[in-house]
Amino acid sequence: MNKCVERIYNGLIKENPTFVLMLGMCPTLAVTTSAVNGIGMGLSTTAVLIMSNMLISMLRKIIPDSVRMPAFIVVVASFVTIVDFLLEGFVPSLYDSLGLYIPLIVVNCIILGRAESYASKNPVLPSIFDGVGMGLGFTLGLTCIGIVRELLGAGQIFGIQVMPESYQPITIFILAPGAFFVLSCLVALQNKIKKAAAKKGKAVPQSAGCGEGCASCGNRSACGGHLIKTEAEEKGKEQGVQ
Amino acid sequence: MQELLLIAVGSAFVNNVVLSQFLGICPFLGVSKNVKTAAGMGSAVVFVITIASFVTGVIYKFILGNPNIMNGELEYLNTIVFILVIAALVQFVEMFLKKSMPSLYNALGVYLPLITTNCAVLGVALTNVESGYGILTGVVNGFATAFGFLVSIVLMAGIREKIEHNDITESFQGTPIVLVTAGLMAIAFFGFSGLI
Repeated sequence: MNKCVERIYNGLIKENPTFVLMLGMCPTLAVTTSAVNGIGMGLSTTAVLIMSNMLISMLRKIIPDSVRMPAFIVVVASFVTIVDFLLEGFVPSLYDSLGLYIPLIVVNCIILGRAESYASKNPVLPSIFDGVGMGLGFTLGLTCIGIVRELLGAGQIFGIQVMPESYQPITIFILAPGAFFVLSCLVALQNKIKKAAAKKGKAVPQSAGCGEGCASCGNRSACGGHLIKTEAEEKGKEQGVQ
Repeated sequence: MQELLLIAVGSAFVNNVVLSQFLGICPFLGVSKNVKTAAGMGSAVVFVITIASFVTGVIYKFILGNPNIMNGELEYLNTIVFILVIAALVQFVEMFLKKSMPSLYNALGVYLPLITTNCAVLGVALTNVESGYGILTGVVNGFATAFGFLVSIVLMAGIREKIEHNDITESFQGTPIVLVTAGLMAIAFFGFSGLI
């Protein structure tokens, strides 16, 4: 049981996909125009993540190693299709505002990354909890960004007016550029915290997102980035030739 | 003809795939360190998206959206079929280029595997279906979208080369300054919305 709690803590805080690992940047930037959209996207992803982690973990001894990527993609795509229909049927307003980004959950690197690096190597129960932890961590990240953007861009949180009447909303924050600005401030904040932690001598988990280039990415094998040579490797090779 | 032109300008500049739709952010941030690599990645994306929108367009027209097969009720398979087709297509294109066009392969080859999980490719395929584009319109839309990607990633790489040696606040070094740059570019691209 301890291991399950540990997985949830790991996903929510220690390896939070949005703030620490920086995975799944496309939905993070695209759908966080309001807190509600952020929660909706986060929970849809969580549902897919839990189900796909469970199934992939169950099938981990049956799927041959050489075709594991296509197999994972089929599993994930099936669950995404199910979630897509459920949202269309039961939460049509959310379905309309998320639109194209629901089918695009398929290519969210968090899901394939967790399948590759955790679910395909671990038993079913921890994999489910890994999905719960990572999914909730992602939801937390999206909701936070959504709240900041909605507050600054519309003066509301979850559609409720919180800023005084005299507050002029900075509309740019709910438009495309605002997403980049908010995320950049968050990453800068995180850099500062990391620096402070590094000074104290604590081990800091490496960011895996594409912002840092493929070299440091934990998901390299999932996206094919391992085929791109890092600058260091290329330099080493050149020196070797000389 | 005029309609095609409008679609092309619309998806290349007004609704730029990276800066306003947020598709393909990963390569945009990850592979934009210098102009040469960025141009390679961008051209590979143009190449793959154009072919992929043609192939998915054909599959949709003749199988998934065909009213004579299963009363046209196969549309729910769009996501699954498209992602598999794209993954297989990328592999196939890679093998084909390696065999018959080594010079093109040398220029684009390393970027091809990265593109499978690039959400822009699947995004374009799904947009084409959702907007009810035919095969020709779909290909034009795909090419224009990918061209928009090429333009923005090359611009970004150019800017990054310039700001590399600037004196930036410690916390903002690396990814944050790139994101701020992207935000400013997104504002600049708002200017194109007057075009249509």
